Amino acid sequence: MLTKFPGSKKPHSSLRRRILQGMLALPAAMLLSHSALAASTAEVNTTGLAVTDSTVKVGILHSVTGTMAISETGSVQAEKLAIDQINAMGGVLGRKIEFIQEDGASDWPTFAEKSKKLLVNDKVAAVFGCWTSASRKAVLPVFEQYNGMLYYPTFYEGLEESPNVIYTGQEATQQILAGIDWVVKEKGAKSFYLLGSDYIWPRTSNKIARKHIEKLGLKVVGEEYYPLGHTQFNSVINKIKLKKPDVIYAIVVGGSNVAFYKQLKAAGIDMTKEKPLVLTISVTEDEILGIGGENMVGAYASMKYFQSLDNDNNKKFVEAFKAKWGKDIVIGDVTQAAYLGPWLWKAAVEKAGSFDIDKIKAASPGIELTTAPEGYVKIHPNHHLWSKTRIGHAQLDGQYKVVYETKELMEPDPFPEGYQ
Amino acid sequence: MFADYSMAELTSIFAMQAFAGLILFSVFVLMALGLAIIFGQMGVINMAHGEFMILGAYITYLTSHIFSEYAQNLFDIYFFVAMILAFIVTFALGALVEWGLIRHLYKRPLDTLLATWGLSLILQQIYRSVFGAREVGVTLPDWLMGSVALSESIEIPINGLFVMGLTLIIAVGVALMMYRSRWGCQVRAVVQNRTMAGAVGINTEKVDRMTFALGCGIAGIAGSAFTMIGSTGPTSGQLYIVDTFLVVVFGGASSLLGTIASAFTISQAQSTMEFFLSGSMAKVLTLLVVVGILMLRPQGLFALKIRR
Repeated sequence: MLTKFPGSKKPHSSLRRRILQGMLALPAAMLLSHSALAASTAEVNTTGLAVTDSTVKVGILHSVTGTMAISETGSVQAEKLAIDQINAMGGVLGRKIEFIQEDGASDWPTFAEKSKKLLVNDKVAAVFGCWTSASRKAVLPVFEQYNGMLYYPTFYEGLEESPNVIYTGQEATQQILAGIDWVVKEKGAKSFYLLGSDYIWPRTSNKIARKHIEKLGLKVVGEEYYPLGHTQFNSVINKIKLKKPDVIYAIVVGGSNVAFYKQLKAAGIDMTKEKPLVLTISVTEDEILGIGGENMVGAYASMKYFQSLDNDNNKKFVEAFKAKWGKDIVIGDVTQAAYLGPWLWKAAVEKAGSFDIDKIKAASPGIELTTAPEGYVKIHPNHHLWSKTRIGHAQLDGQYKVVYETKELMEPDPFPEGYQ
Repeated sequence: MFADYSMAELTSIFAMQAFAGLILFSVFVLMALGLAIIFGQMGVINMAHGEFMILGAYITYLTSHIFSEYAQNLFDIYFFVAMILAFIVTFALGALVEWGLIRHLYKRPLDTLLATWGLSLILQQIYRSVFGAREVGVTLPDWLMGSVALSESIEIPINGLFVMGLTLIIAVGVALMMYRSRWGCQVRAVVQNRTMAGAVGINTEKVDRMTFALGCGIAGIAGSAFTMIGSTGPTSGQLYIVDTFLVVVFGGASSLLGTIASAFTISQAQSTMEFFLSGSMAKVLTLLVVVGILMLRPQGLFALKIRR
């Protein structure tokens, strides 16, 4: 199932133009005999979702207030853009998408409550939302109990696989293994210092990283966690200086990120000299806005998407995103993953020929998107995406330059054997 | 853990670690001073302290933009202008808040807690609406970035030294104002006995307003200085508030000397333990020690004898 983005330009032959003209007459014909052309609502919606002859309701559930608003704003923008574009192309099964936006307010019980409201009261056909693992864990029982569909955009620690969730970000092994392989092969790294904020994602990710490093016969010289929101890193920076690792593997998040990189620079560690080299999986272009390009220049990040990716899909995506949300905006990995959500759902609905959740679940594995900004993606039977992993090199202007990408798509493996 | 290292390496690491501790100490003092003045002198717990700090940070952000737009050649000194502006704006807002909110609640100290907490939420949402939910990056002049190399292997962060110097100036300034100026004399009189102070002709309302505004103004300067070491976002103030309260309560609420002593104890304990243990464990142990000492000495390290 291929999905075309609007505005994808191909040379127009005269035959094509005539077909297009013919298609322009279609809406008029549809008005006359709607049910004859579009499948009737009773057929495509047997479970009482909020689908009418002309519209379908979906939910957007992110934090737009509270601590997490920093990160989740981009996802909301991406999802709205995708919905706009799909509507401009005629919607899904001839129905315009209408979204109901709820605010999770950075509070996990609120997420659970709002997701129940979306599924039970509003009967939405799909929900695009959640960002932190904690919020996803909070809504998961609700989605499984009331049989809803969640498209979750963030790269995360894995160890989960629900039929009711499509994970459009990378799970940990996809993100981590290729990055470490690259730094070992290209930069000759022998020793690593693992550093993270103290919660499930950095801890699980570092566990995978440590196993992988030790499998390669290399050394982890330190592993440390700091409370969320920690702002003083001078002591650990001294410790790093003492241990002299080749690579600082950093999974620091949120406001701590800003403090960490500013203090690293102030302590005289120039990341452009790569002694030690800094490799992160938690700093996207979004975060660099807060850190400042001058404090981040020289660091490497391993993830699946960078705004600077050079391909036609991405150029169109970045252009449309800026047209809708302002020219100064930056787009990070998660924002792009959030953008895939509505498109993957549309493809699944069209493949299933129905809005029914069970049919979408069955139809999802194998769905491909050739028009994704990151390139080609495909849904694995475990509901994660096949995707490439890339290494970006942070530049002074706050963008990453892509210096490497995996040749093959990385297989998602949320329960990696030998890494737990 | 030190067996693999040469003596020279160890010496330089310990020197740098000592500086790390001193820098943390300055940071603690700077962020706690404003709160200590308000809490200690007025008995008002200002939950919006962190938001006043972030207001200072946002002022710095705006100033850096204005300078890079209109006065590029003066960019090197913009930071000083920004700090003065941050002080003026947060001072003014503090006076306004005292006038509109706090002065109606002096007889109900618990309600000031709730009111200032509400204020902090309001301010956060205002920042979010005005500056966006994302953190903003504050560009620093070049001379404030990087480090000074004292020897080949001892490197001291410049922004850390800057914070140390600033803390020293502000602490001395506050001490002079409190103990050498007429205003300070009035403040102390009001603290010791509000009714009598009023009876001898001190305008207690004006003293209260000035005290609250001064506390907020110092928070603004602190916030401005912390753009060098931390993040500037709508909720960044929350990152500092716990440590700030810890320092003030541990030091004994009404003593500025206590605040400084407690900042020193906590910062040294934390930075030493962070070096030998992991970050989360260091935090846990620091909190445990503080809780333990407060159980034995509920009034904090230093306590003033006050007639209630």
